[in-house]
Amino acid sequence: MAADGMFDRRRLLTRAAALIGAIPLAGCQDLSTDPTVLNVLGLAEPVTRRLQRLILSGNGLAPEYTEADISKAFKPNGTTEPDDQEYQDLLGGQFKDWRLQINGLVERPLTLSLEDLRGLPSRTQITRHDCVEGWSCIGKWKGVPLASLLDRAHLKPQARYLVFYCADTLGASLDAAKYYESIGLEDAFHPQTLLAYEMNDAPLTVPHGAPLRLRVERQLGYKMAKYVMQIEAVESFAAVGAGKGGYWEDRGYEWYAGI
Amino acid sequence: MTASAVDHSASAPSAVYRHSLLVRVTHWINVLCLTLLLMSGLQIFNAHSALYWGQASDFAKPILAITQREKDGREFGATEVFGHTFDTTGVLGLSGPPDNRQERAFPAWITLPGYQDLAIGRRWHFFFAWILVINGIVYLVSGFLRGHFRRDLLPSGEQFRHVGGSFVEHLRLRFPKGEQAKHYNVLQKLAYLVVVFVVLPLLIVAGLAMSPGIDAAFPWLTSVFGGRQSARTVHFLAAFTLVLFVAVHVLMVLVSGLWNNMRSMITGWYRIDSTGETHGG
Repeated sequence: MAADGMFDRRRLLTRAAALIGAIPLAGCQDLSTDPTVLNVLGLAEPVTRRLQRLILSGNGLAPEYTEADISKAFKPNGTTEPDDQEYQDLLGGQFKDWRLQINGLVERPLTLSLEDLRGLPSRTQITRHDCVEGWSCIGKWKGVPLASLLDRAHLKPQARYLVFYCADTLGASLDAAKYYESIGLEDAFHPQTLLAYEMNDAPLTVPHGAPLRLRVERQLGYKMAKYVMQIEAVESFAAVGAGKGGYWEDRGYEWYAGI
Repeated sequence: MTASAVDHSASAPSAVYRHSLLVRVTHWINVLCLTLLLMSGLQIFNAHSALYWGQASDFAKPILAITQREKDGREFGATEVFGHTFDTTGVLGLSGPPDNRQERAFPAWITLPGYQDLAIGRRWHFFFAWILVINGIVYLVSGFLRGHFRRDLLPSGEQFRHVGGSFVEHLRLRFPKGEQAKHYNVLQKLAYLVVVFVVLPLLIVAGLAMSPGIDAAFPWLTSVFGGRQSARTVHFLAAFTLVLFVAVHVLMVLVSGLWNNMRSMITGWYRIDSTGETHGG
């Protein structure tokens, strides 16, 4: 019958399709980590970033919570005890000799002590910290809005990013590197972006980044550099570290950590 | 008996054009996306293998926690659900060959990539999440415009009245023949409607609610779920609801004629038996 002839061809087609479908599975494990494949998959990041920027146009604030919501156990992550000698010396002197440098593409480079920062107008916020691993903790942060410091230092027109250099070295042996991070100007001037020196009404502890850490509330935890030593305004972060804009970014994580 | 699209003889098998090209293409893109999203999703889950309820993680009180523990000097994979612990060695918590057990929540064979790498898992997940969403939008828009949902997925009043009978027939693995086989049966329709309009949207929205960027833009969205950690739990449960659906779906495809079903989802043509036994492979 005509119909049966059709079915035979269809059957052949079906089997061929099933066979072709099975071939890529064999190479799946290699494909999953192939650099070219990963670069193609990475194309999703700018799409996500642009769309979220569009949605967040204006200064959409991250939700803030009440004292009752503060997590009893706030998990520290990444470096929790920097063993770098420079940091240990600063810690030994209770950070009296610690200075924050703000430089790079700025009109007026700044050098600030912890006392200087504590003397500036501050903001206090209770926010949720979302780790890239999946957990969340709520904490209360007090610090200087980054925008106010940038207004004082006055960015040059070419400045597009801020790079945060940290005191800690993270990773084992060959992979070890100084932690650093970078953010764009939308986040730098966002009202909830702080250089925090207090957490839950007490000076920042060492596991949480003493004496100073960054808070970027609309992104994931790894953006919020701890043990901050220097902030450099740059046009591009291609020359810093491995060029991806941060310690974790250099290890494959997204620069835009809004998801 | 009835006249069919191709065949003119009433007693011989006939064929109907069951799935439009658009449905077939979006179906297979979905298969690819959901497989990769599940595998990369489990990779992401493994980075912190516990679920909570609320905005934040109460580490002392997880709803679900998959860990590796020790008892009487022996390591075992422990899956804790609402405080009850189960030994899941070999699959959850501790897996791999017995002489080389690995401490990981979901086993290597089901995560993408196979070894622990959260960064690569996220890259796969967020790329295919975009493909899934775009594919879903194409499917939904065309489904509404062309009346696919109304015509093919909305059960008729007649079907609703016989939902119990259809259920019993399914349990006995007896499937409709002839005229009835030209349309989805009522259980099929309901399952597809729930997946298309409830489970998949819930899965996607719960995923979005986990994003700190989206949360800043639409804080109500995360609140609807009861917080970010609740959204993560819902995302996980919706994913496994989908796994359950796929398991039943594939089983039904197998028992109701694998090749006929596969052919119809590849070429569009579905063979109808007017009477008698089914035509399997």
